[in-house]
Parts: sequence; C-alpha cells; structure tokens
Amino acid sequence: MFAYVVRRCFTGVIMLIVMSFVTYFLFFASPIDPGRFACGKSCPPALIKQTDKALGFDKPWPVQWKDFAIGVVKGRDYPEDPALRKSAPELISHCPAPCLGYSQVNLINVTTELKDKIPISVSLALVAFVMWIIGGISLGAVAALTKGSIIDRGVVGTSLVFYAFPTFWMGLFLIEFPAIKWGLVQVPSYTSIADGGVWGWLSNLFLPGLTLALFYMAGYVRITRAFVLESMSEDYLRTAKAKGLAPRKILFKHTMRAALTPIVTLAGLDLAGLLGGAIITEQVFNFNGLGKLAVDSTQTFDLPTVVGLVLLLAAFVIVANIIVDILYAVIDPRVRVG
Amino acid sequence: MSFQESQLEVSEPIDPKITPTGLIAGQSPTQLALGRFRRDRLSMISFWIVVFYFLAGIVSPILVKVGVSKPLANDQKLLNIDLGGVPNGAWGGTSWHHLLGVEPRTGTDFLSRLSYGITFSLTIAISATIVAVVIGVVLGIISGFSGGWVDAIIGRFIDMTLSFPQTLMLLALSATGVALFAKILPGDTSDAIPNGVYEVLVLGLFGWPSIARLIRGQVLSIREREFIDAARLSGASRRRIYFKEILPNLWAPVLVQFTLIMPAYVSAEAALSFLGVGIPVPTPTLGNILGDSVNFSGSDFSYFFYPALLLAIIVVSFNLLGDGLRDALDPKGDR
Repeated sequence: MFAYVVRRCFTGVIMLIVMSFVTYFLFFASPIDPGRFACGKSCPPALIKQTDKALGFDKPWPVQWKDFAIGVVKGRDYPEDPALRKSAPELISHCPAPCLGYSQVNLINVTTELKDKIPISVSLALVAFVMWIIGGISLGAVAALTKGSIIDRGVVGTSLVFYAFPTFWMGLFLIEFPAIKWGLVQVPSYTSIADGGVWGWLSNLFLPGLTLALFYMAGYVRITRAFVLESMSEDYLRTAKAKGLAPRKILFKHTMRAALTPIVTLAGLDLAGLLGGAIITEQVFNFNGLGKLAVDSTQTFDLPTVVGLVLLLAAFVIVANIIVDILYAVIDPRVRVG
Repeated sequence: MSFQESQLEVSEPIDPKITPTGLIAGQSPTQLALGRFRRDRLSMISFWIVVFYFLAGIVSPILVKVGVSKPLANDQKLLNIDLGGVPNGAWGGTSWHHLLGVEPRTGTDFLSRLSYGITFSLTIAISATIVAVVIGVVLGIISGFSGGWVDAIIGRFIDMTLSFPQTLMLLALSATGVALFAKILPGDTSDAIPNGVYEVLVLGLFGWPSIARLIRGQVLSIREREFIDAARLSGASRRRIYFKEILPNLWAPVLVQFTLIMPAYVSAEAALSFLGVGIPVPTPTLGNILGDSVNFSGSDFSYFFYPALLLAIIVVSFNLLGDGLRDALDPKGDR
C-alpha cells in the first residue's frame, strides 16, 4: 500500500513537470509579448524591453521554463538580469519558494496572489459539494426505490432539466428572481468567516452553491439510481432480506454500498475541478476567487498568473486521482493495489 | 457476477414473425435493437425533437437566403428607446409578424435569430464532436490493440489531457489561437470563421480522452476474438485490422458517445460566449444570443427565457436519445 502511494505520487510529480513544460511551450512560444502587456498600450519599446529583461521574458522559452522550475523549488530573485541588478539594487525583490513567477499586471507574486484567492474558491466548492452530494444521493436512492413510479420519473426528469440549463443562466436567474424580485434570499457577496461569522459566510454561499449543485446533481442522481437498482437484484440482498434485516439497514449497509465506488470516483474528480475555481459561477456572482482570476488574467494576458493557475488546477486533479484510487482500496476490500 | 439460472431462460423477447411458409423469421441484432428503441416512448419523442432540431438547422439558412427569415435586419421602431431599447408590447413585442417577439436594442425578429443560431451552434457542436470522436477512436483502437509501451504512453497522454483545466486553456489560448487562424483562414480576428475553427479544434482536442478510454476498453475484448486472429494469420496489415476489422464492431459505443457529447458541446459553446471568447455578433449562435440575453434578465423576460429554454430542450433530448440508444443497443437490454 505504502509503496503504491509513493509510486503514484512520483508519477504525479513527473506529470506535473511535463505539464509545466507543455504549458510553457504553449504560452511562451506564442507571439504574445508579455512585457508589452505589463506597461500598457502606449508603452515605448525601450520600456517593453526593460520589463522583458527584468522578468526574464527575453530569454528563449526552455530557459524560462528552467528558471521557473528552479523558482518553484528554491525561490528566485527579480530582476533576473545581472546588469539591471547592479544598476538598481534597491529594486531586487525575492520570491520565496514555491515561487510561481511574478505577475507583471497585478504587481504581486503569483504564489501570494493564488493564496489569497484559494479560500473563496474552496468555500464555494465545499458548500456546493455538500449540497449536491446530499441531494444527489438521497434523490437517486428515492428514485431507485420507487422505480417506474411518477416520483422516480419526476426526480430523474427534474434533475436532468436543471442540468440542461446553462450554469451562467441559472445563476443569473437565481439572482434576478429569488433574490432581487422575490426577496427570499440576499444577493450574495463573499464574506469570510472572520468577517461575517459562520452564518454570514454560509448564507452568502447559498445561491452560488445552489447554482453549481443543480448542475452537478444530475450525474449523482443517475449513478446512485443505477447502482442501487443493480444491487437490488444481487443474491446478497436477497439473503439480507431473507434473514430478516430491517429495511433501513439493508438500504444503508448493503444497497448503498454498491453505489459508493462510482460516486467516489465522480465526486473526487468533480470536486477537484471545482476547487480550482468555478470560472463561470464566480464570474456570475462576482466572487473574487481563482475562477474570476482566471478570466481576468487571460483578458489582461497576465501569463505568469495563467501558468500558475493551470499548474495549480492540474495539481488538484492529479492529487484527487491519487486520493480516489487509495479510497477504492479502503471502500472495496476486493480492490488490491500495488 | 454469478451465473444465474434466470439469465439462461430469459433471452430476447419472442416476437416471431410467422412467414407465409409457416417458418419463424430470425431477426438480426440491429432489427432487435431498433425494435427495442421504437418501443421506448421517451426515446422516440427525443429522437423526433433531435430530428426537428437538425431540420431547423438545415432549413434556416435557406429561409435566410430566400428572405423569409431576417436575422440581421434591424427595426428600431419596435423598441422603447426610453427604457433602454426594450421591445414595445408584452412578451418581448410578440405579434403575428414576430412570433417570439423582437430582440432588444436591435429590433430583429427573435425567431429568425434563434433558428439561424441553431445552424451555427449545430455546426460547431457537430464539428467539435467529430474531432473528439475521430481522435478518441483512433487512439483508443491503437492503444487497446497494441498494448505494451504504446498503450502506456497513450494512457499517460490521456491522463495529462484530462488534468489540463479545459475552460482556462480555452480562454488563455484564445487570443493567439484566433490570431493564428485569422492568418490562414478568410476573415480577421473578429469574424466568425477563425473564432469558430479555434473553438471547434480546442473543444475537440480536450474532449477526446474519455472516448479513447472507453474505446480502448472495448478493443481489449475485441482483440481476443477469433476473427482478429484470422485476420492476423492471413497477413492483414495493422491498418486493415484497425479500421476494417475492429472499427465496424465499435459503431454502437461510438454512436452513443456521439449523442452524449454533442449536447455538452452545445452547452460549452454557450458558456464560452458568456465568457467572451465565442463567435462574435452579428453572427447568431445559441451561445451568443444567450450570453446577451442574460443582460436583460430583469427587463425582458421572454428574451431572457426563450434561448435558455431552447438550449435546455436540446440538451435534454440529446441526453435522453443517447440513453435510449445505449439501452437499445445493449444486447442484454431486455433483462
């Protein structure tokens, strides 16, 4: 088991290295001139050159990638160029490890920038996750237990309809009608636990969480329903019934267990994708998380931020994959790892 | 799974067609699948909705050419300038001339715009699906059939593509990507063609891994079958085995994947338009109509609601059709 985890982590790291290389190729081999966007449209060419030099954008991309990789492990100092350092030693700024670069648009280290946004995106993802897991699994189980009835069709149909409406439309609908016109809930704006307490934090996350949950729930309703139905025809369930187990015990201990493995797979990947920021939902609700940062930084061609975001998001997915595989072995004793 | 007695007894439903000679006619698997599909009412309804959607996509450019539908004609007279260009009259200015009302700000007939928008959305979704399915199927077959290090490399490649944040990459690469296509294709960076080609390629290039995984799994079992051995022994080339021997056995999963991925791309097109990297106006697509309609969520409900409803109907019916096809094509579907 331990050897397996170590091996998976090792391949994960290798994959991240390859991905950072590919990302660097995609962005820094492109004709976009990062220095140009650093100092605005009417920037004299000399200043562009100097910005490029200070941030190391004048070097060929493989060298830039090497600097970046060293920065992640050891940290790095700006400006890169020795001549510039000598001429203005007071401007030298240190970017401690893990240094993901320096955003020339927001004038801040990418690592710090990301760190500030992570709590917002993670809060949103967790609230949405809890909502759709509880909703999806219980509705899926209800649908399976009432198979073929009007309740079953209603549950499956409604969840599919909510999935079909685009997320951004659903979000704006929820803001416009339940929040503004009907006044049922407040128009959300992110408040941290430190500022608004647990209730303030949670109530502001309700609508955006619901928007995401309505979209993701359909998949869980479907999977739970399918696997609960499948396990109902298994022999062990007949045995459990025959030996007189209480129906509730059968449902939770035997039937739902079959659905657990596929749910964990799906949930792990969905959650990992969301932790890196719900790009559309954050945009709709104007939450200043990773997703909004992604949109903003692509619009301003803030390449160091984009690269940092891509790698952070990829790391979330890779880690989630490893955790899901380990969880398999915990949930299902038949699974052997190694 | 245990080998139950009941599985031996229950096979296909017995629907013998008694021929004039009194013999029972056999049914091919395709006929059986078609029969199963036709019996499922929900699948049939969604099938006809999808057919209608395709027809609308094909007919609307013709109607535009003929001049019946005018998706680009402005008519400011129908708008209330004092309220910021919202249409006069109830339900977005619905009248006999404008069955779904008119568009705010321009006064264009909304039905014309929506139906012409279907044409472009459909084109983008189908093209992106074809790109994803072709890459996915080819790599899936190669990976599953070859095994060994080829399989391992393609497997890692799949993992890596799945780990890339798709939406972010699409956003981040759009400026360079569109500029690149604007150089080799007609039209500049604000035209529909370079933007459309970029969108199709990137959606397709990030969409193939799940298909490749699925196809690989299928190929793993197909390659052990006798006819593959026979083809190998008779000296068939690899390409022949891939495309003439294996591929014909995969049409069922490919068809199902196609119908399940299409609606995701219709939605993706809308989401990208909302984020500002889709097809630019005035060319209508469901996506950019929706992206604009959300600005009128408070002031023009019908303009806000119709495009989302249309998109939802399309997504739901494609999904139901895909599910229906999967159930119908599954030989154990009658269990």
